[in-house]
Amino acid sequence: MMVLADVLLLIVLMLGLAIVGTSRLSAAVRASAIQGVALAILPLLLRDATSPTPVALVIATALGTLAIKAILIPHLLTRAIREANVRLEVEPTVSLHLSLLLAAVLTGVAFWIGSALPLPRPARSNLIVPIAFATFFFGALVLVGRRKAVTQVVGYLLLENGIFVFGQCLAQETPFVVELGILLDLLVGIFVMGIAINHISREFEDIDTEALSSLRDDD
Amino acid sequence: MTAATALTIVLFVLAALVAFGLIALAVARRPGLSRGVGAIGALIACAVGATASVFALIDGGKDARALDGILPIGRIAVGIDPLSAFFLLAVFVVSGLAALYAFGYFAPHRAHTQNTAPTFFFFNLLIASIAGVVIARNGVIFLVLWEIMSIASYFLVVHDHERPEVRRAGFVYLVASHVGVVFLFVLFALLASPTGQFGFEAFHDAATANAGLATGAFVLALLGFGLKAGFWPGHLWLPEAHPAAPSPVSAVLSGVMIKMAFYGLFRIVTFIDKPAPAYGLALLAIGIVTGVMGIVLALGERDLKRILAYSSVENVGVIAIGFGIGLIGKSHGNETVAALGFGGALLHVVGHGLFKSVLFQAVGNLVHASGTRALDAFGGVARRMPTTAALFLVGAAAVSGLPPLAGFVSEWLIYVGALKSTVAGGAAGEPWAIAAVPALALIGGLALAVFARVFGLVFLGEPRRAFDPPLHEASRSMRLAPALAAILCVVIGVAPLAVVPLLSAPTQTLVGTSVDLSAAFGPLPSVMLIVAVLAGIALALALLRRALLRGREVRTAPTWGCAYESPSPRMQYTGTSFSAPLVESMSLFVSPTRTTNGPTGYFPTSATHHESTHDIAAERVVLPGIRAFVAGLSWIRRLQRGRLHLYVVYVFAVLVILLIWQLAALRGAA
Repeated sequence: MMVLADVLLLIVLMLGLAIVGTSRLSAAVRASAIQGVALAILPLLLRDATSPTPVALVIATALGTLAIKAILIPHLLTRAIREANVRLEVEPTVSLHLSLLLAAVLTGVAFWIGSALPLPRPARSNLIVPIAFATFFFGALVLVGRRKAVTQVVGYLLLENGIFVFGQCLAQETPFVVELGILLDLLVGIFVMGIAINHISREFEDIDTEALSSLRDDD
Repeated sequence: MTAATALTIVLFVLAALVAFGLIALAVARRPGLSRGVGAIGALIACAVGATASVFALIDGGKDARALDGILPIGRIAVGIDPLSAFFLLAVFVVSGLAALYAFGYFAPHRAHTQNTAPTFFFFNLLIASIAGVVIARNGVIFLVLWEIMSIASYFLVVHDHERPEVRRAGFVYLVASHVGVVFLFVLFALLASPTGQFGFEAFHDAATANAGLATGAFVLALLGFGLKAGFWPGHLWLPEAHPAAPSPVSAVLSGVMIKMAFYGLFRIVTFIDKPAPAYGLALLAIGIVTGVMGIVLALGERDLKRILAYSSVENVGVIAIGFGIGLIGKSHGNETVAALGFGGALLHVVGHGLFKSVLFQAVGNLVHASGTRALDAFGGVARRMPTTAALFLVGAAAVSGLPPLAGFVSEWLIYVGALKSTVAGGAAGEPWAIAAVPALALIGGLALAVFARVFGLVFLGEPRRAFDPPLHEASRSMRLAPALAAILCVVIGVAPLAVVPLLSAPTQTLVGTSVDLSAAFGPLPSVMLIVAVLAGIALALALLRRALLRGREVRTAPTWGCAYESPSPRMQYTGTSFSAPLVESMSLFVSPTRTTNGPTGYFPTSATHHESTHDIAAERVVLPGIRAFVAGLSWIRRLQRGRLHLYVVYVFAVLVILLIWQLAALRGAA
């Protein structure tokens, strides 16, 4: 079981790298959908036999994650891409090569943090904390280094996925109810962003968030 | 009535003030009702509050309690002691009179047709927040109420927001308030730092235990409260905000709100059991500079309400001088000097509140009737508005510190304190305290010149301009309010021994021991005798004149115009020419500028002469300082690119660096 969990975690990491490295919007959305599937399975594999959480609740969380992260949000994003008539490239502000290089460095930092971070009790797998942080950093990178609003949503999603993975090593400390709450938060957040994207594209005829700099208070 | 009962009543009064304000807002559609509820409600609440504070003051006790569950922020610590009670009395009396005045001032009138309901709401909120500041016993509550006070008064200052200069004044005021409150935040954080507690008892323990912390707190208090009080050069907002506000509001701002800064300083002093001698000297120096600069600037000013604002700066200086003498006495262990200084400062707080109310309300009557504040527009007003003229005269005499009025008594106490401190010798004396004596004398003399100028130009002589509609005497409430304040000024001046007992309890709170202040009034009967003799001579001369003129024909004729053809009222002294000799001698402080385009040739066509004085604090200290500050910080603006991505990078970079730093520290420790 743990080997399988480690493999799944590595898949999450690879998908994160793929999102950072891809030049196509739809590929990024698809990769985040697959990451959602992996994350839905993860809690089932990592479940401690002694955990007081009922199995039903764990399965419910998994199904909820699947529904929201793997199906609903990717669907919303695909629709946003189609309806806002955006070009299909991601338009990075940091070049893709540099992004990948930064991602590699950040992965290194994440592994260092993983070794240094004191935890209330040892994680089920040594990979959980580093990969959680790495995914989190990738999210930040995408959020910061891409111009389109859609990619920002993907970055935000990645960020949240990182937090989700991190939550797995604190599963007993973090009740699943909290997990469900975060999921709801995420959904609402994405909805709001979706609406914002549409409004940005209507106002600026473009969903380039750089256009927002025209709101800057100039001196 | 005990202090505990008084505190309960005061709390109800505060609730009532807020309630009356809200009702005034709710019935905004019926302006008459709204004005009635707002003004008369505030008047009644203030009357009840003032009565309660007098009883608390006589009782001399203290009470503190925590109100639970009223606000979500948790417990609200409030309390009352003689110091609080004294300031409450000043707040309620001055604000109550201002409410009475506001009832007449905001009556429907051609000059302002706007909705006054929000004005009454903020007016009542302002009174409630000022009184709340005085009874707060916790740093956080104090700051919250302090901010409400600043914001409520901001909205009152911008009452006439259609005019751009009013909006500008409001902005200046808002900036000054907020810069000041930043220092107060730091001050309370510093006082709370040893214990983590924001209660005033914890502040006292912190400041007593650590002299360095006490000095830091005192400096921060001087900066933060000084900006509110208007210590030079932080006074710049006063001549902007006071004239911009409607007159009833100006009276409250000048009469009580800026005194809250002194309440704050007094409160800080109660935290420090053993002040260093330098504290008092610093305050004395600040007071002298502020007082002299304030009155010199008033001398060259030609806007009536700006003159009064600068006169407030001067009086703030006088209070600071008294405060400084008190602190000097306290640090040298000389209780008599401390009591005289603190007592004089406290009495001047009340006195200035009263006579500045008289003056602002009298000038308010002028502005209300004429629509202008320009000194040079008036002339001979005493014939049109005799009551206002008489009231202004009383206020002017009081503000100049003439006996037998309130200003004289408080300055007398300060004089005696300064002299006693100088002659005490040894460890109990402080030779530098003598500086207060010539400074007070100079300030008093210049104040007399300033108000002789205003009274002479406005109320005497010939009208310089015709007004449409012609000037008329103000409504009843607009004469009653300043008249009551003037009567109180006279009572304090004529019977100081009746008022001094009220001072003894708050002075004792500040000094630590009970000192009988009435001993300082030993020579007072001879002063009163001189006043009585002079008044008798004046009366005798008037009677003599009447007797001589009886049965003869009396004609009124124009003043001899030096044989010039077609004299006009514009040939009278102007505001500038009257003060020119004094301004000339003070040119170092006011930097007068003149542009003259004199008559030339045998048949000169036009000629102009323009003269104005400038506030060197603005031109040479504050504005260059602000410019240098902004220039020095301009590199920070480069961080603001207007790009969301970059902002996210900043946040992430900080978070990640903090995380790595903490983890590295953990590893190092392990």
